[in-house]
Amino acid sequence: MRVERVISDENDSFPVGMRVLAVDDDPTCLLLLETLLTKCKYNVTTTSQAITALKMLRENKNKFDLVISDVHMPDMDGFKLLELVGLEMDLPVIMLSANGDTKLVMKGITHGACDYLLKPVRIEELQNIWQHVIRRKKFDRKDQDGSGSQDKPYIDSSEAAGLGNVDQNGKFNKKRKDQNEDEDEERDENGHDNEDLSTQKKPRVVWSVELHRKFVAAVNQLGVEKAVPKKILELMNVENLTRENVASHLQKFRLYLKRISCVANQQANMAAALGSVDSTHLRMGTMNGLGNFHTLAGPDQIHNAAFRSFQHSGVLRRLNTPAGVGISGLPSSGLVQLSPVQNLGNTSTYQRKLQSFVIPGNHNANILQGMPMSLEFDQLQNNRAASHVGQFPSVDNTTVLPVSSISGSLIDAGCSNSPLLGVTSNSLLLEGSSQLPTLHASNLRDSVSGFPNRSTLSDFTSIAPASNQLHGSKADIQDQAFPISCNAGKIISSAPQDWNAPKKDAPYQSNVPSCSINSLRAVNGDMAQLGQCLDQNNPIFNRNVGFDFVDPLSIKCSEGENLAMEPSVIEKEGYLMVQPSRQGIYIPDNEGENFAMEPSVIEKEGYLIVQPRRQGSYIPGNLGSLEDLASAMTKQDHDKGKPTDGDFGYNDYSLRTCI
Amino acid sequence: MDFVNQLQRKFIDYSSSLHREGIVDDQFTQLRKLEDENSPHFVMEVASLFFEDCEKLINNMAIALEQKQGVDFKQIDECIHQLKGSSSSIGAMRVKNACIAFRSFSDGQNREGCLRCLQQLSHEYSLLKNKLQTLFRLEKQIVAAGGSIPRVH
Repeated sequence: MRVERVISDENDSFPVGMRVLAVDDDPTCLLLLETLLTKCKYNVTTTSQAITALKMLRENKNKFDLVISDVHMPDMDGFKLLELVGLEMDLPVIMLSANGDTKLVMKGITHGACDYLLKPVRIEELQNIWQHVIRRKKFDRKDQDGSGSQDKPYIDSSEAAGLGNVDQNGKFNKKRKDQNEDEDEERDENGHDNEDLSTQKKPRVVWSVELHRKFVAAVNQLGVEKAVPKKILELMNVENLTRENVASHLQKFRLYLKRISCVANQQANMAAALGSVDSTHLRMGTMNGLGNFHTLAGPDQIHNAAFRSFQHSGVLRRLNTPAGVGISGLPSSGLVQLSPVQNLGNTSTYQRKLQSFVIPGNHNANILQGMPMSLEFDQLQNNRAASHVGQFPSVDNTTVLPVSSISGSLIDAGCSNSPLLGVTSNSLLLEGSSQLPTLHASNLRDSVSGFPNRSTLSDFTSIAPASNQLHGSKADIQDQAFPISCNAGKIISSAPQDWNAPKKDAPYQSNVPSCSINSLRAVNGDMAQLGQCLDQNNPIFNRNVGFDFVDPLSIKCSEGENLAMEPSVIEKEGYLMVQPSRQGIYIPDNEGENFAMEPSVIEKEGYLIVQPRRQGSYIPGNLGSLEDLASAMTKQDHDKGKPTDGDFGYNDYSLRTCI
Repeated sequence: MDFVNQLQRKFIDYSSSLHREGIVDDQFTQLRKLEDENSPHFVMEVASLFFEDCEKLINNMAIALEQKQGVDFKQIDECIHQLKGSSSSIGAMRVKNACIAFRSFSDGQNREGCLRCLQQLSHEYSLLKNKLQTLFRLEKQIVAAGGSIPRVH
């Protein structure tokens, strides 16, 4: 097959020798998989632990071409691994499971899996998996040099095959309409292709905070639904940026928004939780461009720099957020108060109760990093009852949790189920101070329940409820806007609905997380409204400074579920849950998807993760992904809290979402 | 050579009966196809792993179902899921079907039903183990006698 000629990065006989990493806790299946893969002439490495797999991948990013992973694993949820790999390493990941439920498959897709295989795996299926590697490379290349020169016949067939294959997984193509659009274009350009497909490591476009901010601004200007890469590119007016780069970024952004929208729906009330915030109130102004996002704008720390919206599945993938992204330098004791977005309808100011996020200690946690503040907060707010400080507004679940937005920015707009959002709010709300309105635990719970995935919360920047501090400053919290940069429009609108239909959201949860926390940063900048940022909020968001979205966890939004977000994430990550007092909202990781997010994380982080009483904030797993996403993005080793608990060890996610 | 032929015929017959009875299915055949000079004992290895795994899971489920204070159906569900995955990977059809049936009871949190299913599952597993071990013994005999293992399909 001519393939060999073109592709091979590793050697000329690709796909022979393609390096695959297989992860499955079941020894029978693992051995079988190994044998099958060897039969296909791939170079196989196996491990039964997701953590080990991550370690191996991190050790040397170029060591593998493809990862195949089981969905159900004891040490870490497969979707979480999926997101992380996507985020950090940008490798294609194939999911494997005995369970072929449509929902799960969707989840895999939204979290960014490039394929979903059912056990027992047949050798025929494995024989074609190399296409994912090629496709990615090709796509990347196009992004990079925008000239799509590829060997067209080859590519086309592989793509076609890939797509066809994908179709089997259900809805893959639908979700990937952007990608398809891109691929179509690729095909068009295939004409000239003498270029060698072989991977030359194309210089990756780094989506800095600034860049992302421009992107988000352009998208907002055009309207999320109508934004097309070409126009965005024109509006952005950046040199050396190709349409393909923008296209892929847009795709991620959309996924992200979708994810967070789910969360947003439920989060509304979370925001309310903030209680007295120390003095940092995150004022979340609505992001104009983004549709009323409250951006968590810490006075200075929170970087409102472009919250990048990450498409969940891979949103982070290419977001290379510079340190600046997101909220940087959250003051250690600052509380970031995110005022729950009360009336989303009115973008301009969120007079929400402040949700204070206290981010203890991590100054540079860019919590909000990558939170795409573009969430149309507006919509979020509308849907959500603003959480009031002092009480969590009964979460109509509409309260878009500002926090979530922040972290939620990770949410992809359009994710109707962004549990994350919901979650975040919860997390936000979880504020320890008694006075702070506790996130309606119930709300959280409700919202959380919606998320099947816990992971979403992770993205939320932890908003440390300055529980103690918050007390006094309820007022401050008022205007917290959460900058949830998500294409709010979609998300928000979708969120509310979803929120209330908890289970429905689940599918999307993972998406949410992908909100780029970076957006937070951007949000600040963009959202004028933010006005009063909590002065100390920033720290929260800045958890992970340097959010580097290079490869966001593949927060491939699993179907609607926030992939990476595990409920636990919320907890752990302290999505916005900054909590000085441990009362934070504890978002139990119900979903089980929370990767390694341990509730403790929250505490560690000092995130006010909500709630003084453990009520509930159950942040569905989906949130976790956000958080993860966020963390991934921030890539900061959060001293505090590497959110994930041991399993994940993803220290970078310490930022977990501040939302 | 007659002896070898005899053994081989016996092997073929036995193997076919396993398929007929539904003890193993096509996946098992696929596994056999994977065996080659590089991995001559592949099927046996996989089967051993499966036996170990299966026993462990069955034990865990039994313990879980005995808990007086409350059965952790979630754990049972996870065990079932894993068992379903591995049994389908090895081609143990009846075990897999038993898992599927089991799942509906565990979803319904029906302890009695689960106990019954577990028993059934245990029974299927024993049956499978015995039959496969017989098959492997036959294989060894053939090889010891200098013959080669016939490909069933």
